[in-house]
Amino acid sequence: MNDPVAYGIAILALCVAVFAGWHTVRRREFGNPLFYAVCVLEIVLLGLLVGGSIALGQTSRDVDGVLFISYLVTMVVIPPAAVVWGIAEKSRWGTGVVVVAMLTTAVLSLRLLGIWKGAYA
Amino acid sequence: MPERSDTSHGFGRVLVAVYAVFAIAAASRSIVQLVTEVESDTVVPYVLSAFAGIVYVVATYALARNHRQLALVTIGIELVGVITVGILSLVDTSLFPDQTVWSDFGQGYVFIPLVLPFVGLWWLRRTSAEGHA
Repeated sequence: MNDPVAYGIAILALCVAVFAGWHTVRRREFGNPLFYAVCVLEIVLLGLLVGGSIALGQTSRDVDGVLFISYLVTMVVIPPAAVVWGIAEKSRWGTGVVVVAMLTTAVLSLRLLGIWKGAYA
Repeated sequence: MPERSDTSHGFGRVLVAVYAVFAIAAASRSIVQLVTEVESDTVVPYVLSAFAGIVYVVATYALARNHRQLALVTIGIELVGVITVGILSLVDTSLFPDQTVWSDFGQGYVFIPLVLPFVGLWWLRRTSAEGHA
């Protein structure tokens, strides 16, 4: 867990947010490209969950473990929840839900880095 | 745009999503605080965090299920809460040694807590104007 990982995930999430936002503005339907983009992020987040858990076990840092893991799990849950909810909404705002979810993921990634560094201790 | 004047459809779905994020954020922050941090004499921020968490959870539920009156009340409490706590936290910093969602007008959450109730009230008004029975 370090700066490039956290910022990389935040940037990736922001890219998906922009892509989803483009759908919202253009009234595009929730299509396969957006679905795959969210899938890529989800795979990365699953990797983060595994990698982060291992890193937590090995680190000598004073990391709030419960908080750290709860963030990792929350980040994994958000994208699928957003997709399910977004597809259920037939208007343009279905992809708007994905925008909100991706922005949330980006913020959580940065806060996760803060937790790792003990910034909120 | 909403086909139905239901608070949970159309743009309302995005609004519910944002409320859900804040419900989870505020409620979980409160739980973490209550479990780990309440040792000082100042219980104000912890009680407030818990209260804010409950308000967001109920507001999310009300918007998602189209309970307009409940939504109006909870969003109203939210608006009063964020402004009152915002002013108090600036006037008397000792009152809030620990952060809550509403401290400094929600600065820690890029002022979304301050904007959200206005958007919520606008949305309630808008959906009712479209011929809500």
